[in-house]
Amino acid sequence: MGVPLQYSFQEFFIVNSMTASRSHGMQDYKLKMMFIMPTIILLVVMNIFPLLWSLVLSFTKYSAITSEPAQYVGTSNYTQILSDSSTWSYFRTTAFFVVLAVSAQFIIGFGLALLLNRDFKGKSFVTPLMLIPMMLSPVVVGLFWRFILDTQWGLFNYLVSLAPKSLFAIADGINHIAYSINFPFIISTNITDGFQKATESARGIIWLTRPKSALFSLVIMDTWMWSPFMMLLSLAGLSAVPKYLYEAADIDRASSWFKFRHITLPLVAPLLYIALLFRTMDAFKLFDLVIIGTNGGPGSATETVSLNLYRRAFESWNTGESCALAYILLIVIIALSNIYIKYLNKARSG
Amino acid sequence: MKRKSKEKTYHVIALVVIAIALIFYLIPVYWIIATSFKPYVDIFAMPPKFSFKPTFDNYVGLMTIRSVSTEGKVEIASASAYPRQLLNSIIIGFVSTALAVCLGTMSAYAFSRFPVKGKGDLMFFILSTRMLPPVAVVIPLFLMYRVLHLIDTHIGLILLYTTFNVSFATWMMKGFMDEIPKEYEEAALVDGYTRFKAFMKIVLPQSVTGIAATAVFCLITAWNEFTFALIMTTKNARTAPPSLASRMGSSGVEWGQIAAGTFIFLLPVVVFTFIMRKHLLRGVTFGAIKK
Repeated sequence: MGVPLQYSFQEFFIVNSMTASRSHGMQDYKLKMMFIMPTIILLVVMNIFPLLWSLVLSFTKYSAITSEPAQYVGTSNYTQILSDSSTWSYFRTTAFFVVLAVSAQFIIGFGLALLLNRDFKGKSFVTPLMLIPMMLSPVVVGLFWRFILDTQWGLFNYLVSLAPKSLFAIADGINHIAYSINFPFIISTNITDGFQKATESARGIIWLTRPKSALFSLVIMDTWMWSPFMMLLSLAGLSAVPKYLYEAADIDRASSWFKFRHITLPLVAPLLYIALLFRTMDAFKLFDLVIIGTNGGPGSATETVSLNLYRRAFESWNTGESCALAYILLIVIIALSNIYIKYLNKARSG
Repeated sequence: MKRKSKEKTYHVIALVVIAIALIFYLIPVYWIIATSFKPYVDIFAMPPKFSFKPTFDNYVGLMTIRSVSTEGKVEIASASAYPRQLLNSIIIGFVSTALAVCLGTMSAYAFSRFPVKGKGDLMFFILSTRMLPPVAVVIPLFLMYRVLHLIDTHIGLILLYTTFNVSFATWMMKGFMDEIPKEYEEAALVDGYTRFKAFMKIVLPQSVTGIAATAVFCLITAWNEFTFALIMTTKNARTAPPSLASRMGSSGVEWGQIAAGTFIFLLPVVVFTFIMRKHLLRGVTFGAIKK
């Protein structure tokens, strides 16, 4: 009696679950569509459609503020932009900025992560404090630094000048003591004058309004804002390195350099790639920080591609031409983001 | 013994460098806060003043428009545009965040649980829209908005920010959804729940942390956004960031007021950063890297 009951129970269960899964299948399909479609539709309407529109416009002569209709001109917008030497100088400026800023962020961020990868009191308090800059608006950061880098009353020059000033004070103090005890040797006035001169010149560094230093000012701003990002990702990579690897290396009396080169670096590398790519892409789009920090000036010393695009589109209203430049920029970014997403997926699965 | 003391020296040096770095990161923030409370003469003092008598003049100046009466007394005439712009930032930020998180959670659930044709490509497409430079996308959007009369409207900016954030929300939420075991829902389905009911009653309550983290990130992005707001708004729907930036152009010397406006604007971000510190890593990598 026990056997047939068990059998029928099993049969009942199987049949039931089959009908359930079939009805759930239909339900699932509807639900899936209902859940995914709004997002896809929104993205198509707000991103893909406008992009197609601008692709069409990029082959026309058109200005958004006149009533004249767009006039088909073939690829002449592209050839004009690509043959214009100033376009290349904007790309050069942007590339120069990207290389300087991203490498500075990498060195500072990774270096700090190496230092932070230890236990100390208040670590859970200090680390988030250091991450504040990257959460702020670029507007806020640009405004801060414009204020701080001012030549006449900026805090930055003052703090820089403190170093030679304190050296001067120390030298002066030593000389005073030397005099008072009739010590035969004093620090020469050449050196003390040098310190004083260095103090003066540090006070007068022109950051934002001189062509040569304006780009460096932007690099300082961007590095202040984004080196915490590098630090956060490096720290995540470092804390994931298993401790026993180091212990094993210690038993073999491996040098710290060997441990760093053969244990730390290879294991952190994937995350570092992601961080570098992300920053490169983002720095390439640099817009808000420049328009607030220097507005492309002085002259066009800090005119990035994005800023120039903005000017062409919304200041001189060359809509057709700016669409062409936008596409050139898009192709560069898409190439970069392809690499980025490939690594991201690798990190996800691995 | 020798090795131990060497390690201790390294440790101390590391702590000193960390302290210097901390000062480097925090001094600009401190300086803006200090400047916002300084009387006008102290703002431009050289050498810079670290001790001063705090005043709220800059905040009053920021929030109000004053007029000088015939007796030479300064009187507050009306509120300035800034409180309204902050309110705009709040409305647009919260509504767009709610929409983006809703849509993102739904699509993330679908991507996490069901087989979707070309899933990888779709996810890639969703993320790639976020990677586009805003200045490049904004030109045709501007033309589109002009036709639809959406320029300088709250709805226009809300739509833009929702689009911008929905890709992030999808990726971030998918990371969280993947971590919720499927077994709970399957048990509920066997008990006769519909899929939707299972989603509402079982999955959502378990992903509250993820939703909160995603929402905070979306909110901060919308709150900080500058480029779209600069181009798409002029007056009615103008948010705080472009207004802060334009303040510098029109009245270049009012650094005290700019500092006050900046401080009010960044305060919520700093608070949220602290609350979200455990999820920051996930947030900045689109949910790809979990700790």
